[in-house]
Amino acid sequence: MDIVVCVKRVPATDSKIKVGADGKSIDPAGIEFVLNPYDEFAVEEAIKTRETLGSGSVTVITLGTGDSQKELRTCLAMGADKAVLLDASGLPGGGAGLDACATARIVADHVKGIPHDAVFCGRQAVDGDDSQFPSRLAALLDLPCVTEVAKLELSDGRYRAERDIEGAREVVDCPTPCVISTNKGLNEPRYANLKGIMAAKKKPLETIAVSAAEPATETTGLELPPERSGGKIVDSVSDLVAALKNEAKVL
Amino acid sequence: MSSYKAPDFYQIDDLLTEEECMVRDSVRDWVSAEFMPVIEEHNRAATFPADLIPQLGELGVLGAGLEGYGCAGLSPTSYGLILQELERGDSGLRSFVSVQGSLCMFPIHAYGTEEQKQKWLPKMAKGELIGCFGLTEADFGSNPGGMLTRLDDAGDHYVLNGSKYWITNGCVADVAIVSAKLDGVVRLILVEKGTPGYSTNTIKNKFSLRASVTSELVFEDVKVPKANLLPGVEGLKGPLSCLNSARYGIAFGAVGAAMAVYDEALRYSQNRIMFDRPIARFQLVQNKLVWMINEITKGQLLAWRLGKLKESHKLHHSHVSLAKRNNCWMALECCRLARDILGANGITDEYQVMRHMCNLESVITYEGTHDIHALIVGREITGENAIM
Repeated sequence: MDIVVCVKRVPATDSKIKVGADGKSIDPAGIEFVLNPYDEFAVEEAIKTRETLGSGSVTVITLGTGDSQKELRTCLAMGADKAVLLDASGLPGGGAGLDACATARIVADHVKGIPHDAVFCGRQAVDGDDSQFPSRLAALLDLPCVTEVAKLELSDGRYRAERDIEGAREVVDCPTPCVISTNKGLNEPRYANLKGIMAAKKKPLETIAVSAAEPATETTGLELPPERSGGKIVDSVSDLVAALKNEAKVL
Repeated sequence: MSSYKAPDFYQIDDLLTEEECMVRDSVRDWVSAEFMPVIEEHNRAATFPADLIPQLGELGVLGAGLEGYGCAGLSPTSYGLILQELERGDSGLRSFVSVQGSLCMFPIHAYGTEEQKQKWLPKMAKGELIGCFGLTEADFGSNPGGMLTRLDDAGDHYVLNGSKYWITNGCVADVAIVSAKLDGVVRLILVEKGTPGYSTNTIKNKFSLRASVTSELVFEDVKVPKANLLPGVEGLKGPLSCLNSARYGIAFGAVGAAMAVYDEALRYSQNRIMFDRPIARFQLVQNKLVWMINEITKGQLLAWRLGKLKESHKLHHSHVSLAKRNNCWMALECCRLARDILGANGITDEYQVMRHMCNLESVITYEGTHDIHALIVGREITGENAIM
């Protein structure tokens, strides 16, 4: 079974974000970047599938710049066989203006050329948080799609996927090929072990320069949440209730 | 407490390769996720978290600097960086890995027969078999050449008599690599657990390296097969080359311990309010923090350069002595300053600083004391031997 995993380089979740000079993107200076945590579940699931079946391949693909090679190498060190960097450094702002629609178009164009019985991706990237990519990719590839999967079983070429919905767990049957977006709980992603890191150096990492695709939306501004202001000491419970009701307006 | 943030004031990461960063980050993440949640309770109970040994094997840190036999084959710099990260967790964890890799697997790899390598190395790399290294004796620490432990040739086997003291992992080891004199010449020999006449005692009530097993090894007329002798080396050069490899790791490891307490003290100073302001705003506190980052930065550069010297085969043992000596000292000083910044809170094990401080009192002494390393460097620069 050949699996393609779409991954993204994102700021570590405990990063202190600063807005860049353009007022609509983050300033990358001093930020630690990591593999998107939800993508780790996708990579782990793909590698586990290959290990269980004893055959097949895992190809990781990302849209980014040369910096994203680090996250691809991490995937290779975990056990992926091959990596593809769709290099957007020739695009305006290194592809910074690409929305989920344009990103999905570019990635879909290239995934079409890679044999795939399934495409895995994290349920969302923790930077943009718009959760659009998996569904858009499935639509462009004309594949069935199950999102936010917390348990996945493969038998006779079909997936039985479980997903957490409000107050219940939904069980979905899905043929392959398909697109699966992965959620927390699906597995326990492995650490890239030291032998894996050494082996990753010898695995293929292909870089393909991409051309622009038409975005559907445009990000026009980025603002940090307001700074927390100082606390206020109230004298009694009734004052507290009044303050919550009239000042904070949370009651 | 929020997650650990390793200091890199001088952007030393830029000097590292992508592989070196990946290796370090992988071990750093493992230490944060798997080791930090359990270390204080093990330190209190004076136990080593043995259930983590298979994970250490899976991660590939055991004998990581060696080639083949299931070892990762890391560059010297990468190997040093993993020890830095392990000691950021605890010196006992780094000691466990140093003993297994540098003191046990290294001599088997360097001086053993092919049969010895095949028998021991792959399982030791996985953590399925544990080693210990018996050089120091109760009365022979800085002067190992005076050791009393001896091997006698009894025809088809050797007979081993003597004892060893301060031996990390001794009671839990499946195999001991013992230094003993055969016809007056120091040799290294493998002694398997369970061999009649070989027994161990735990050294209890330590203030330091509590999360690490320290033992006495006793050999009473132990019959050891001749095939267990490591044939590739004779004389003190054998054990000293092992120590050199381990000291190399300590030069990096001590930087990790210093980073741990610096990170803790820095955060504390930014959050601790006294006189209506964070104590980080006070000049005396800043001065302490600056001393720490200053010495950590120098220590990082010494360790990094040590790695490069080793990689280009220019490393002299006095280079290792200088870095081991400096970095253990500065890490211990960092602990004392960090404890001071933490005030009374710093004396409880809610914070890690006292654990690191107590550990480093061992680290500054074992594998060559602070003073012995001064004399090694002194001998190198003056040409005069002041050791004896």
